[in-house]
Amino acid sequence: MILDVNNASFSYDGITKQFEEISLSLRRGEVLSLLGRNGTGKSTLIKCILNILTLQKGEVEINGRRVGDMRPEEVARQVGYVPQAHQAVFPFSALDFVLMGRAPHISAFSVPGEEDYEKAEEAFERIGITHLREKSISEMSGGESQMVMIARALAQEPSLLILDEPTSHLDVGNQMKTIATIDQLAADGIAILMCTHFPDHAFLISHSAAILNKGRLIAQGRAEDVITKENLREAYGVDICVHYIEEAGRTVCIPMNPCGCRGRGEV
Amino acid sequence: MTHRKEPIMEIGQEPGKNVAIGFWRSLFRDGIPAHEAVLQLIPARKAIYLLPVALFFFSLFFGRYMMDPVETCRILIIGSANACFDGASSLLSTVSGHPVLLPSFEQTWGASEETVVFRIRLPRLIAAMLVGGGLAIAGASFQGLFRNPLVSPDILGVSAGAGFGAALGILLSGNPWVIQVSAFVFGILAVAVTYGIGRAVGKGSTLVLVLGGIIVGSLFSAFISLTKYIADPYDTLPAIVFWLMGSLSAVSNADIVAVAPPILLGALCLYLVRWRINLLAVGEEEARALGVDTKRMTVVLIIASTVITASAVCISGIIGWVGLVVPHIGRMLVGPDFRKLIPVSAILGASFLLVVDDIARTLTAAEIPLGILTSLVGAPFFAYLLTRKKVGWIS
Repeated sequence: MILDVNNASFSYDGITKQFEEISLSLRRGEVLSLLGRNGTGKSTLIKCILNILTLQKGEVEINGRRVGDMRPEEVARQVGYVPQAHQAVFPFSALDFVLMGRAPHISAFSVPGEEDYEKAEEAFERIGITHLREKSISEMSGGESQMVMIARALAQEPSLLILDEPTSHLDVGNQMKTIATIDQLAADGIAILMCTHFPDHAFLISHSAAILNKGRLIAQGRAEDVITKENLREAYGVDICVHYIEEAGRTVCIPMNPCGCRGRGEV
Repeated sequence: MTHRKEPIMEIGQEPGKNVAIGFWRSLFRDGIPAHEAVLQLIPARKAIYLLPVALFFFSLFFGRYMMDPVETCRILIIGSANACFDGASSLLSTVSGHPVLLPSFEQTWGASEETVVFRIRLPRLIAAMLVGGGLAIAGASFQGLFRNPLVSPDILGVSAGAGFGAALGILLSGNPWVIQVSAFVFGILAVAVTYGIGRAVGKGSTLVLVLGGIIVGSLFSAFISLTKYIADPYDTLPAIVFWLMGSLSAVSNADIVAVAPPILLGALCLYLVRWRINLLAVGEEEARALGVDTKRMTVVLIIASTVITASAVCISGIIGWVGLVVPHIGRMLVGPDFRKLIPVSAILGASFLLVVDDIARTLTAAEIPLGILTSLVGAPFFAYLLTRKKVGWIS
């Protein structure tokens, strides 16, 4: 097991629980999609796995070691994190940005060496964005900067990659490119934990899915078993149609017309 | 590998080719004007490092008392050598128990020249370089730490604290040493209070730190006003006002000996962690996820920058603009990567203050306070740069 979350509970103030009794696990090359409505504790759970926040109860183990016992750079050598979006203040070039992924492998008083540059180049090639190398991140489109952030996480050489809503602010084209990239990384053997607001993206790449609702996992298992009409209604509070579309060659999840919106379905 | 960006200077440097031939060929290379080709041959980013050296020698003989450049260099080199011999002689005498007299070079210049070079200009130039370089490096680090290019080294209240310390020293004693120590102590104290507020309220969040800096800064500004209000209007009040405007006119060799170690130590510290400042500059949470101990890193940056700024301010008074503008100029030259930005800021800051101090001491018969000049020179220059070159954070 690469990731093992056991009976995890967390609360910011000690009274209201963000989530409780969460148990998850991830194997090499496995993709787990974590679903759930806004504010249900998905991002908090990610921060606990990264050991940025400390669990009240339970444990997170990465490759058999408790993250609570690991130093920040030890965690970062195992876990790559791709945040939702990067707010660029300084216009770093993509190369400088991806090089930052080498930080856990570089001592505090040192600067990146030849090997680190090679690893950064590898990360660029792996994602197929070598052409962006010199471009400044403040001039990039959302799709480009998403790819650069994934490349930075890869430069960490992680065995687990955590992505926080990687497709949320992308257009459909870039959504599919990102999903395909993630799928490729999983095929290469990286374990992937992905928060998403698109249940049907889970069908595209996930082996497994979990639904977080009001701080608890209400369903967990194979994507086909978890992403059902009933579970989605409980999670999102609206009726969602889960349907295999032959023309698209995949299962999609489409919210039903919820409250008599006046849009015309039929032409 | 051609990973690292080097200035365009490969011409004539390919292995096995004659450099001179490469040079001449480059002059007539496809359509590039000759002067540009020559410019390309100069490794511009490396040449920057010579700027403060050149300015240093220029400033040494330049002044209201003009000196012959060659003579000045002779005085500097031979005088220093003689001082070394003197020191060695007395050391050997003490160790061996009987007088030893090492030979020394003949002194061909008068006592007044010696005083100008060694007692007046040298300490002043060194102070200008230490203060300018120090403030610039501290400003660059703080801009990275607070992820804000509009931050200057006194964001956490160090200048206001030091200003109050100095005013208090002027009011109570007037002894230069008391004033300096008091300025230094209160500068550090102000930042300590700010940091305390940040830890107590925001668990070390940088936003709360900045707010704490505003609180502490305005508190100490009020204290400064209070000391001015109760100061003797014919004696201590002007002293306080002039101190707050900043000047290097009273800097002595002893001052340099006192503040050089903390400034250099802080600068070394920032230089060593320069690449890691990049990580803080992209965001606290991302830095954490990349394995940076952000709390410890924040403390290191605050301590190093504060020690530098407090040391600088206590000998020079309050000098604005350097810590804000110089890192920007550096960023325009070498980009946002702190690996290059930190050393370049130090170089540019030292050069900038050397020039401004030259103006301060030569423009009129009376000294012009430095704080006025840095704004007077810095602000229009910065405006000019903004119009000339696209700045990354302004879209």
